[in-house]
Amino acid sequence: MPGMFGSVAAIGAGIAVLGAGIGIGRIGGSAVEGIARNPEAAGKIQTVMLIAAALIEGVALFGVVVGFLGGK
Amino acid sequence: MSSHTFRSFFVVFGLILLLPFSLKANEDFDIMHHIQDAHEWHLWGEGHESKAIALPIILVDNGLQSFSSSYLYHHGELDSVKTKEGNVEYYTKGTGPAAKYALYHEKIYTLNKGQLQMHGEHPSNAMPLDFSITKNVLSLFIGSFLLLVILLITARYYKKNGAVAPRGIAKFIEPLIIFVRDEVAIPNLPHGKHKKYIGFLTTVFFFILINNLLGMIPIFPGGANLTGNITVTFFLATCTLLITLFSGNKNYWKHIFATPGVPLVLLPIMIPIEIVGIFTKPFALMIRLFANMTAGHIIVLALFSIIFVNKSAGWAGLSVPMALFISLLEVLVAFLQAYLFSMLSALFIGAAVEDDHH
Repeated sequence: MPGMFGSVAAIGAGIAVLGAGIGIGRIGGSAVEGIARNPEAAGKIQTVMLIAAALIEGVALFGVVVGFLGGK
Repeated sequence: MSSHTFRSFFVVFGLILLLPFSLKANEDFDIMHHIQDAHEWHLWGEGHESKAIALPIILVDNGLQSFSSSYLYHHGELDSVKTKEGNVEYYTKGTGPAAKYALYHEKIYTLNKGQLQMHGEHPSNAMPLDFSITKNVLSLFIGSFLLLVILLITARYYKKNGAVAPRGIAKFIEPLIIFVRDEVAIPNLPHGKHKKYIGFLTTVFFFILINNLLGMIPIFPGGANLTGNITVTFFLATCTLLITLFSGNKNYWKHIFATPGVPLVLLPIMIPIEIVGIFTKPFALMIRLFANMTAGHIIVLALFSIIFVNKSAGWAGLSVPMALFISLLEVLVAFLQAYLFSMLSALFIGAAVEDDHH
């Protein structure tokens, strides 16, 4: 099938995103658990969760950018 | 669900339906073409019936040359050259005042004996200095104009009426500015020093927000991927870096060159690490904003290309709802990235002006 063979860079980008998925999933889980334990702090926990998630997403996107460079 | 939610849903849905009309249905669906900068602003249509805004091309090549980009796009001549591997690359030769130049992958080259010559995969022709008003530059002008209009009208409202509960556009902007002051500036900057930097932080926040949101609109004047242009984010990160460096007090530099609590033997290792750290933090700011915006646009375009690659309108039933969902997520990412950039800038500036409290 034409076009089914991507570059290895795409696999690398996929693995980077896998790491981000695990990391952000854990952050989400701890945030929800923290809110369950202490519903009054929900606002603060949510803010910190968003910041941490965006930072980890930044790292994953480093990997995606390298994928861009390595592909065509 | 209230009728308000339905109405806004339909507005967003309707706007997104405009997007396929601005895409070209080529055999080879070129996503990268829609993300990158271009010398014309393509509106709709393809090939010879395409409707585009021809932007001026300004080159420095033995003096200043300027001409409309229609001499390279609409009135240009298609030509091709073979690379060493045997691939055929197409480029456009200019006519009229653009007769000396060629356009290849949205870059302008000087023609060598009337031809573009390849060296491996890239052209070996000389490139004149390009100061054209490209799509991104025009989008920057539009975004900055919007920024000035919105914020200056808001400021004028308060000058006329004092510190009262606002009406009009100030009613919409005030919560955002209070958000930047109370959630971004004050928590991260030391007590009393936030007034010096809040101008920069507010500007950066609104600039990134307005340009991100403009990029989500499918049609002119939106739709140019400005914050996904790495030179733009490079400039924003450089602003943060320069402000951090020039407001660094003695405590900040002491932390870098003589980190307290570190034995003397380890200092030769710590100092290079700290110096590199000064630059990696704005570098991460640059890459984070660029990659988030570009990746978001690529995802939306890839979902729409499902329709075009399969060459059948029936696939819209799958493609448009998925693209709608991702576009709503991208609106959230637009706000989040603006907040994150300004918050991290505030954090770095705060670290530079912090007083010694050991």
